[in-house]
Amino acid sequence: MDLHHLTDEPTAEERAAVDALLGPYLENGVSGREARSQRHLLLPALHAVADRVGWVSRGALGYICRRLTVPPADAFGVVSFYDLLSTEPLPPLTVRICDDVACMAAGCDALIGDVEKRFGPEGASNSGAAWLRSPCLGLCEQAPAALLTSAGVKPRVAALAPAALASIEAALANSAEAALGNSAGIDVDEPCSLPQAGEPQLRLLRRIGRGDPLDLDAYRGAGGYGALSRAFDLGPDGVIREILASKLIGRGGAAFPTGRKWEAVAREPEHPHYVVCNADESEPGTFKDRVLMEEDPFAVIEAMTIAAFAVGSEQGYIYIRGEYGRARERIVAAIAAARAAGLLGADVMKRGLRFDIEVRRGAGAYICGEETALFNSIEGFRGEPRNKPPFPVRKGLFGKPTVVNNVETLVNVLDIVTNGGATYAAIGTPDAAGTKLFCVSGHVAQPGLYEVTFGTTLRALLDRAGGVRGGAALQAVLVGGAAGAFVLPDELDAPLTFAGMREVKAALGSGVVIVFDQSVDLAAIVRRIARFFRHESCGQCVPCRIGTVRQEESLDRLALAHGAGVDDEMRLLHEIGQVMRDASICGLGQTASSAVESALAKLPVFGAGRSA
Amino acid sequence: MSISLDTGVRFSLEIDGVATTAPAGATILDVCRAVGVDTPTLCYLETLTPVNVCRVCVVELEGARTLVPACSRVVEDGMKIRTDSERVRASRRMVLEFLASSVDVSLADDMQRQMKRYGAKPERFGAEARTVRQPVKVDNELYVRDYSKCILCYKCVEACGSDAQNTFAIATAGRGFDAHISTEFNVGLPDSACVYCGNCIGVCPTGALMFVSEHEMREAGTWDEARQTKTDTICGYCGVGCTLTVHAQDNEIVKVSSPADHDVTHGHLCIKGRFGWKFVGVKKRRSDG
Repeated sequence: MDLHHLTDEPTAEERAAVDALLGPYLENGVSGREARSQRHLLLPALHAVADRVGWVSRGALGYICRRLTVPPADAFGVVSFYDLLSTEPLPPLTVRICDDVACMAAGCDALIGDVEKRFGPEGASNSGAAWLRSPCLGLCEQAPAALLTSAGVKPRVAALAPAALASIEAALANSAEAALGNSAGIDVDEPCSLPQAGEPQLRLLRRIGRGDPLDLDAYRGAGGYGALSRAFDLGPDGVIREILASKLIGRGGAAFPTGRKWEAVAREPEHPHYVVCNADESEPGTFKDRVLMEEDPFAVIEAMTIAAFAVGSEQGYIYIRGEYGRARERIVAAIAAARAAGLLGADVMKRGLRFDIEVRRGAGAYICGEETALFNSIEGFRGEPRNKPPFPVRKGLFGKPTVVNNVETLVNVLDIVTNGGATYAAIGTPDAAGTKLFCVSGHVAQPGLYEVTFGTTLRALLDRAGGVRGGAALQAVLVGGAAGAFVLPDELDAPLTFAGMREVKAALGSGVVIVFDQSVDLAAIVRRIARFFRHESCGQCVPCRIGTVRQEESLDRLALAHGAGVDDEMRLLHEIGQVMRDASICGLGQTASSAVESALAKLPVFGAGRSA
Repeated sequence: MSISLDTGVRFSLEIDGVATTAPAGATILDVCRAVGVDTPTLCYLETLTPVNVCRVCVVELEGARTLVPACSRVVEDGMKIRTDSERVRASRRMVLEFLASSVDVSLADDMQRQMKRYGAKPERFGAEARTVRQPVKVDNELYVRDYSKCILCYKCVEACGSDAQNTFAIATAGRGFDAHISTEFNVGLPDSACVYCGNCIGVCPTGALMFVSEHEMREAGTWDEARQTKTDTICGYCGVGCTLTVHAQDNEIVKVSSPADHDVTHGHLCIKGRFGWKFVGVKKRRSDG
């Protein structure tokens, strides 16, 4: 391909960062088809540069394009797609402060106001550091949250949660110290994520909090890799039979039967088959997959290996959202340990299975949690969803049959294989088998990750979390995140099942439960949700690209409307919602109006119940 | 590009209550057109891979949760499709309203017709509705790029890329409402990979991309398609044999295109065929002439 390249040269640092990933540049090295087949390294290469210098310059992008034979315009389209990558100079140290729903309930607006007073406007460089606003960082149980990223030879992504002016000040002012990793006191305080730690009824969370999550011997000692061993005994068909019998359904939000997915891929004659773990957890209010990856990384890897055995795959990918620094570190370390122990590689457990896992890192795009957008992102393209059909089980990653499962879904597989599908199916309710993780945040006494049996009522879950903080009166619960719906105080007896939530016009989604007491301005929360979707829309299809903008504008007008103006605005919002739901390409656009419409229908702050 | 996959198998389906058949591999749009159902399209073009992003061609498919894009949904046996239900009309109307409220669609004739058909009222989003309004880009002597008129149909990107030219000078950049067609770092076309084949202009449905010749005449108020003639001829620059459609007004060439259904060009040309006609209008070429 005769490409026209940028003439700008990379700096020595940028070149070194790219070469560290791709190997030294040889004038007559890889070219042609061979180079083009490395397109999937585009995002890792962009990360490498941003990790080293903080942003992606023309020289750096030009060099990457020459190395990978990617047209510069095309690569610019990719780099400009992601929030965590900048084509404008950005200081090496940034602190991204979450201003999303759960953090709003924790007073992030006041925090951001203080930071702004102290450090000037968002994005302004302040002696090598800058602060930025961010959508949900997945640290909701420890809100308000912030994320520190520091570029350099030892790049770092670290959570600051709960964040306070003092810790943000320390991070921004003490850039050298923070960059060197000497950041005691600014990391997440782990134990508070798991209020149930050690309780005997736990299934998915039972290993968590019991020692070093990266101790492979301890993992095996506690029964780890017993499931894979059993899977080998069952054979691929046997594993799929158990998964089908378990009635396991996906926990990522779409609730598709996992066994049917695996069965479909296993039967596809075209090869290779891929196993992809979707760890791009970005639904505002969700943090379950982060905790699972941080605290039980071998479970995720073992489950992916079982999936690979069942569907006949030799290569797996785990796509972890870019904001999850610790989860990525631990998964990478666990993969290395598993490989060293012969639990990944050419002959897994000496049972003839060849399988390995590559970690891919997102770069700040909610849409990449949509499975086909995730494939495009791995392949080095813009994270735009593909039209379905064809579905991933036929044409997925690199156009090949692909199983794509959420982290929590996969962890469920271990017990199913170990104890049998029928045993698993007996847990929970007939329409929802097993246990479910709920990410409880907002105004509860004990926010954190909770595991409850399907069918538990929302009230029981909130009681387990200690009820509304300070005994205050409950205003509403947002279930399912930004793509979810509001549940009112008189609806708390609804069981946490798919059908139970439908009864109260809500959906379980990814297991988000954000609690609001009476102090919260729910109209502001709803506008924040609308802003979230406007910001996260990939821009590909008209209903979502423009609909999310019109929805936000209409909500802003509604806040100021009176009398008939209110009815007109509500009618318009319903129409916008209907079209986004009906005509958008993917689930983002199709659910971008869910919470808004739920608020219009239920919350007294809107419509007739609104005080004039 | 639609590829004929006619294996002799025909599926039975129903469109708006009327039974019909279609070959395996056909899209719903193919069938709609075959049976004479007027289906609006914006991002679809016979000569390009369907990207199904505009969503104006959506139809209601029995059993499907959402509407489906006619342009890229392949027919299956027993499909029952409605193309004119209130649900379909509402979606099509609002997609047109969304676009017309954010983009200058004054030169998009087919879109204007569809807006009338569906009773679109883009003004309902208020005077403050966000738009893509921006200055016109004039950075070379052949093209004008007016992205205030861009509906982001991706056709130019496809024509510049692997569907026709394989030049890859432009791509979609940014995200959401800020998504836009751009060169790398928004450099001007002379600094980009552009080879001035004009194929992006050839496929642009809204006049966002335009030849300088047409742009200047429109600015001067002298562009008048009613006075224009179209003459087909064969390009003489090489041996490929591309058909040129020469558009002339008052006996002066004003632009050159190629028929989309021409089996050599599929509507696409190179810089010579597209722009190598300026000498024709030069009256005095030789001192003795």
